[in-house]
Amino acid sequence: MRVEEKQTTVDRETGSQTIGRSFEKVCEILDHHQRNPAMLIPILQAVQAEYRYLPKEALAYVATSLGLPPARVFGVATFYAHFALSPKGKYVIHVCDGTACHVKNSQGLVDAIRKRLGLSEDKHTTDDMLFTVETVSCVGACGLAPVAVINEAVHRQVSPQAGVAAIEKILESEEQA
Amino acid sequence: MTTTAKTPTEILADAEAAHRAVAGAVERRIIICAGTGCVAGGALAVRDAFAAKLDTLGLRVTIALEYESPAAADVYLSKSGCQGFCQMGPLVTIEPEGVLYTKVQAEDVAEIVQTTLMGGDVVERLLYVDPRKREHCRSKDDIPFYQRQERTALKECGSLDPEDIREYIALGGYHGARRALCEMTPEEICAEVLRSGLRGRGGGGFPTGRKWELTRVQPGHEKYVICNGDEGDPGAFMDRSLMEGNPHAVIEGMLIAARAVGARTGYVYVRMEYPLAVKRLRRAVDDAHRFGVLGADILGSGFDFELKIMEGAGAFVCGEETALIASVEGKRGMPMPKPPFPAQSGLRGKPTVINNVETLAAIPLILRTGAEAYRARGTANSPGTKTFALTGHVANTGLIEVPFGATLNEIVYEIGGGVTDNAGRITDRPFKAVQIGGPSGGCLVGEHADLPLDFDSLGSVGAMVGSGGLVVMNDTTCMVSVARFFMQFAQNESCGKCVLCREGTRQMLALLDEIIAGDADETTLTVLEQTAQAVKTGSLCGLGKTAPNPVLSTLHYFKEEYEAHVFDKRCPVGACKALTPPVILAEKCIGCGLCVRKCPVKAIAGEKKQPHVIDHQTCVKCGVCLDACKFGAIVQGVAV
Repeated sequence: MRVEEKQTTVDRETGSQTIGRSFEKVCEILDHHQRNPAMLIPILQAVQAEYRYLPKEALAYVATSLGLPPARVFGVATFYAHFALSPKGKYVIHVCDGTACHVKNSQGLVDAIRKRLGLSEDKHTTDDMLFTVETVSCVGACGLAPVAVINEAVHRQVSPQAGVAAIEKILESEEQA
Repeated sequence: MTTTAKTPTEILADAEAAHRAVAGAVERRIIICAGTGCVAGGALAVRDAFAAKLDTLGLRVTIALEYESPAAADVYLSKSGCQGFCQMGPLVTIEPEGVLYTKVQAEDVAEIVQTTLMGGDVVERLLYVDPRKREHCRSKDDIPFYQRQERTALKECGSLDPEDIREYIALGGYHGARRALCEMTPEEICAEVLRSGLRGRGGGGFPTGRKWELTRVQPGHEKYVICNGDEGDPGAFMDRSLMEGNPHAVIEGMLIAARAVGARTGYVYVRMEYPLAVKRLRRAVDDAHRFGVLGADILGSGFDFELKIMEGAGAFVCGEETALIASVEGKRGMPMPKPPFPAQSGLRGKPTVINNVETLAAIPLILRTGAEAYRARGTANSPGTKTFALTGHVANTGLIEVPFGATLNEIVYEIGGGVTDNAGRITDRPFKAVQIGGPSGGCLVGEHADLPLDFDSLGSVGAMVGSGGLVVMNDTTCMVSVARFFMQFAQNESCGKCVLCREGTRQMLALLDEIIAGDADETTLTVLEQTAQAVKTGSLCGLGKTAPNPVLSTLHYFKEEYEAHVFDKRCPVGACKALTPPVILAEKCIGCGLCVRKCPVKAIAGEKKQPHVIDHQTCVKCGVCLDACKFGAIVQGVAV
């Protein structure tokens, strides 16, 4: 299942409490996959689609339900780049750093966006939980390089200026909301 | 559906007839490219604008052919898969005239409707202009980018509606499967594919027919077919385009493979970065089920085959077949030693065939037209065509398909339209390098311009077909930085199982960083080369075995560029900031003399109130002057 643009049911301040209440949803996901350990990856994908990340409690719950050692589940969750163990921002910006984007200055783009949001190579999410900025190795839209994907919407031929402008636009709409 | 009593031929003929009747009743078809690239450019808004505009004119519009209750329609607004010319998107084709409009935006729709649909004329400003001849191209056939290609696997991508199974059948689809299921034995299928000479398009180039035969002869009834759609090579997107543009070709290829080896279950493993491909494949699987070309007793042949879609979770190493199997089993995607090969012991320990998307998409054609027809294209050892993702500093970027044996000159200059400078203008200067095969491949340079590209010729010059990414680089590209880019990728994606891959790629990256930062000494290049050989030798899977290739290949062809970085502390193209001396922009410098006073080595001189200059022999690139200048007149990192 693909992560859909869905509002999280987790309240950021009281995260764990809310997760406790909605284990029901995890059960549904587990049942949907017949609690089959071979379906661990689709299960984690669905859990992440629900919470926008993989809460520790949910991982432990999934492990117990599937009869797997928690270490195995944690191992899978950390192995794959798609899984996030900490909450992501409302707007997830993936700057493509594939070869074609790289030779067309994707580094300048990611630097400019990070600078605007006060983020760095080590800090991916803004403190107000609005933005997460990550690089991805290739989104397969090389003809449009450099590419940035903001919550699944692919933006083409994004210059550093255009990238910052897109962020300003989001900030503006957030302020109005 | 009461199709059970019909023969397979009748079932397919009925679908074809249904399509012809419904499609034929529509006077006009407007094909809007709905690949990832064109959608990003606003293709869906263009489609909506067409629907709205045509509606105000009182025309009846449909966006999908209606088979259940055919309603009369005047215009069919059809979407297609990726047409490959992403850079010029959104692309709109008007049938039956065949006029192709490029870079169409919603605002252009009214004019297209007025001029072309009502007036029978073309909107010249939306036609593609051949930048060399400065001529307007009316249709696809007039555009050099398409003229020089031979599209077989990609042929239908870009014309058919990927969500319309009947159209696929009307174009000859599932006839290859019918032949395989109803007229051939599994041995005959394997033999036919072997005879076609088809080799794995995922990069390895292993003969597909042999792979199938190895799996077919394994004992046991539980076998699997897996389609490897984990296209992780940065700079390659042919598998995405195929899955998005012609998902039924992939499904039919898998069905034939399943019949050949005796598998009852198949998996399509798709990257999660390709949401549209996942959506179209799911739809195609549902349709195929409803149509009786998947599921139980397919086309009345008694053969059963179920197909499942699995999304990857972002790990390049899962493109390696044993790692992919581990991932399908719900484990970390770590490769296993071979043998045993997946053909002997694959998914859940059972014999498994794993083929790349492009390989499988070629299968229906081979079964439909025969091995000999397939062999007619390409070279003796690499028959058929290959799709390449042509990107980088080239005028026409996009997805292309050429027979094996085509040369770089043909690809870069005739199809690609020539090398561009950093501003995107076509230049007369030749390409510096063409990187082929992504992080596993190598560089091709000017001397290879006339080399016929195929599996064996590329191997002989230290490169590989890989998945088919072709990144053209102009002469402002720093090859050390390119090598570092791929090493960073390999280091990130190393799964960590083999020490030499995990630690060796880290060491190589650190060495390349030293070179770029100007901290390298005379031993650096030797150590880099030794480490590269060690990583090659000491790694289990293709990732580690090929990770040093970009470094070795650039070291081979651009040794003097590495040496300039190491010994002269100079980046010949001025790309590495730490090695590029700052320069003073004469038009901004007011000659205040502040930088002269701040410079610790007295490298700056100039008359008062006149632009100053930096003596690059003396400059130590400390950057003090950059911070000192209040007018932004000193810059670093530009070519001198």
